[in-house]
Amino acid sequence: MNEPVRRLSVLILVLFLALMVAASYIQVIAAGDLNADSRNVRTLYREYGTFRGPIVVGGESVVWSQPVDDPFNYQRSYSDGPLYAAASGYYSIVFGSTAIESTENALLAGTADELFWTRLGNLVSGETQRGASVELTLSAEVQRAASESLGDNTGAVVALDPRTGEVLAMVTSPTFDPAALAGHSTSEVNANYQELLAQEDGPLVNRAIAGDTYPPGSTFKLVVAAAALESGYSADSELYAPDELPLPQTTITMQNYGGASCSPTEKQTLADALRISCNTAFANLGMTLGWSVIERKAEDFGWGDQLSIPLAVTPSRLPVNPDKAQTAMASIGQYDDRATPLQMAMIAAGIANDGVLMTPYLVDNVRDSALRIVDQHEPEQLSTPMDPADANTLTDMMVGVVDNGSGRLAQIPGISVAGKTGTAETGADENPHAWFVGFAPADNPVVAVAVLLENGGNAQGEITGGRLAAPIARIVMEAAIAAEGSR
Amino acid sequence: MATVADVTVRTGRRAELGLLGIAVLIAVLARGLVDYHADYLELVPLAIYAGVWVAVALGVHLAVRRWAAFADPVLLPAVLALNGIGLAMIRRVDFAYAARGRDTDFGQVQMIWTLLGITLCVLVLVLLRDYRLLRRFTYTAGVLGLIGLLLPLMPVIGTQINGARIWISVFGKSLQPGEFAKIALVIFFAGYLVSNRDTLALAGPKILGMRFPRPRDMGPLALVWVAAMLVQIYERDLGTSLLLFGIFVAMLYVATERLSWVIVGFVMFLGGAVLAGTLFSHVGARYTAWLHALDPEVYRSGASEQLVRGLFGMASGGLFGTGLGEGRPDLVPYAESDFIVSSLGEELGLTGLMAILTLYLIIVHRALRTAIGIRHGFGKLLAAGLGFAIALQVFIVVGGVTRVIPLTGLTTPFLAYGGSSMLANWVVIGLLLRISDQARRPDEVA
Repeated sequence: MNEPVRRLSVLILVLFLALMVAASYIQVIAAGDLNADSRNVRTLYREYGTFRGPIVVGGESVVWSQPVDDPFNYQRSYSDGPLYAAASGYYSIVFGSTAIESTENALLAGTADELFWTRLGNLVSGETQRGASVELTLSAEVQRAASESLGDNTGAVVALDPRTGEVLAMVTSPTFDPAALAGHSTSEVNANYQELLAQEDGPLVNRAIAGDTYPPGSTFKLVVAAAALESGYSADSELYAPDELPLPQTTITMQNYGGASCSPTEKQTLADALRISCNTAFANLGMTLGWSVIERKAEDFGWGDQLSIPLAVTPSRLPVNPDKAQTAMASIGQYDDRATPLQMAMIAAGIANDGVLMTPYLVDNVRDSALRIVDQHEPEQLSTPMDPADANTLTDMMVGVVDNGSGRLAQIPGISVAGKTGTAETGADENPHAWFVGFAPADNPVVAVAVLLENGGNAQGEITGGRLAAPIARIVMEAAIAAEGSR
Repeated sequence: MATVADVTVRTGRRAELGLLGIAVLIAVLARGLVDYHADYLELVPLAIYAGVWVAVALGVHLAVRRWAAFADPVLLPAVLALNGIGLAMIRRVDFAYAARGRDTDFGQVQMIWTLLGITLCVLVLVLLRDYRLLRRFTYTAGVLGLIGLLLPLMPVIGTQINGARIWISVFGKSLQPGEFAKIALVIFFAGYLVSNRDTLALAGPKILGMRFPRPRDMGPLALVWVAAMLVQIYERDLGTSLLLFGIFVAMLYVATERLSWVIVGFVMFLGGAVLAGTLFSHVGARYTAWLHALDPEVYRSGASEQLVRGLFGMASGGLFGTGLGEGRPDLVPYAESDFIVSSLGEELGLTGLMAILTLYLIIVHRALRTAIGIRHGFGKLLAAGLGFAIALQVFIVVGGVTRVIPLTGLTTPFLAYGGSSMLANWVVIGLLLRISDQARRPDEVA
């Protein structure tokens, strides 16, 4: 009976070999496919179940992972969800992630190359992988001031530090609460998401950098003025400023805002034209300069750039090969001119920083789980749109706008403010957009700001940038100056 | 058989002691790792645990020295190592469930079953001084085995758990009588076959150069086949059915040395399985879940969800595993029992799984060596039958989890949570130790 026992042992060996082959197939060969299978919640749990680094503003975590007793281990939590939603974005098991949660995912999750040494250390010490913390450039005070002053108006506020390009505030309204999408109940998250999608005013859209682009209206006159200064004009250069400007090859006649007269003599200095935002003077100036000069200047200020701060910024647009009449319209920020609020803030920042435009950025530094800095963002120049003398001239002209022109409501007692208002026509049936861009203090700027009220927000009565947007800009600039002082 | 010239026979007890030390080390380190990763590492309980293991290993070692001095020295350490790994893994699953708010104490209970099992093993050594005694109870064992097998079908005590009706509840405790029936039936097969092997082996027509059994000798095979089919259809347990029938065919082959029995048996079982699959929807569903496990429709219906989740778990473990306490075994249903293999595959990786399968191979190999070493036919059949039973059971369970064969409800010997299986398998080890002791004892050889 020994021979069959030996054969039996061979059979058993074959059976076990089959098991080993099957196990190898599952754990090695097919492992990739199985791990990538959409039904495999494990992959989701692994990604969402590790400790994710916090998002920090001013030294305090505004988004963090809270340990919880469910399969995901951690619940993404928010100290002030709606306030920072535009920057932080959401982090959802159903809909993925957006904004910083998405662009900095590898760092927050702890899988980024920069964290290699940290991971190696963890491997040795047996600690589990922990994500890095991402500190934003946002200032809690400025962000809050911007959000509160904008209120429930539809629109956006962007504040930059003109010296570095740091984004101090990025507010879009209406906003949403990322906590509503961070839950672990798929059905609940889904319902909340559908509700947000269904809202007509698009709370998930970041109007500051990536919503619709908006006609900049009179704020675009800053670009035209910069182009004029570069072409040899001075603040005192006389411009042709008629009450009515017939546009070439059309039957259209351009008027000033409300049909007003810029100057009884039909002549006006560049500074005055900017101060009272004279349309006919700038339209005529634009036609005289030629579109290519203005276009180049706009591009110097970042127009058309595909910025990532690291959130993707929608490039602002300009008309292509406009004729004379279209050039006239485009010179006062109408026709096909389209800009994001960030772009307009960059124009203010470029003028404020003596003509040097710093690249805007939102992430200041990244620290690993042991709080060692793994990445510190250094400010860099994006371009030099103006020479310092021209920038100073334009600054003085903008101070005139606030001191004694259309932007009076942006005045801050004891501090000289530079600014420009804008009221951009959008169409026959809709209210115009109200704009204000500016910076303060004018002689030593610490903040550059752009405020947009989409279709005038929910204002009653006359809609102008000077009336609606300038007061908001003032509050934001005050907050930034106060924060700068306490730094 | 070769004559043994050398009279000094090494008992191997010292080697056993050394190997037991390694097994205890594995068990204690595994538990320590589990506690550490659950942030639950306290030295006093771990020291007590280590003390218990050392005491158990020493105790069982001394018992073997006293009552089975020539027993195989590798069997016990291999089994203890498996048992220790199983205990650590079950404790780890307890922690995983606790993290989700589900309080379980599978680990504690399993520890008690382990101690009881080892006690039973020692009792077998103490009470059964000569395995040949068992041959007297051939037919008693056969009747007891059949009763045990069919007990779950009884109306009052039979209970259906997880879709399989292989349980009985007595005094509020559920029990798997099939695990014990397995042993009784192996004893019965061994006794029956050793008496009737000549008739079964020699008579019969020759077809294609192979001698096939006479139809009238097919009675016992047919009877076991019917029992196996009943189990598969009415207890919804393909595993026990396959195990029972497989053991019988293997022992029949060992007894008669005729491959034709294997062919006939294989064809019968396959035919029966296919027939049952077509006639009974619940049997058919098992086959569909196996063949089309990843098919979205089958998965959505829930038929293959458990299996596929197990596959996901093993895949996430990869070559080296996540490490004890680092994976998510709780995402697979029955991670502590039916799917402990996929839990182990996840946390110990392919490497760990290979090691575990190798431990089983060592145990089975030792059993078959004993079968070859012993002179008595009954002992040969008994040892080979018990060894093959372990091998086949492991194949059926692990094969089910790894999709080699359809998924069944059998337990993984010494690893899976469950009292009946733990006790029964320790009895098997007791019997194997006893037979190997007699096989290697010098006065038996001389």
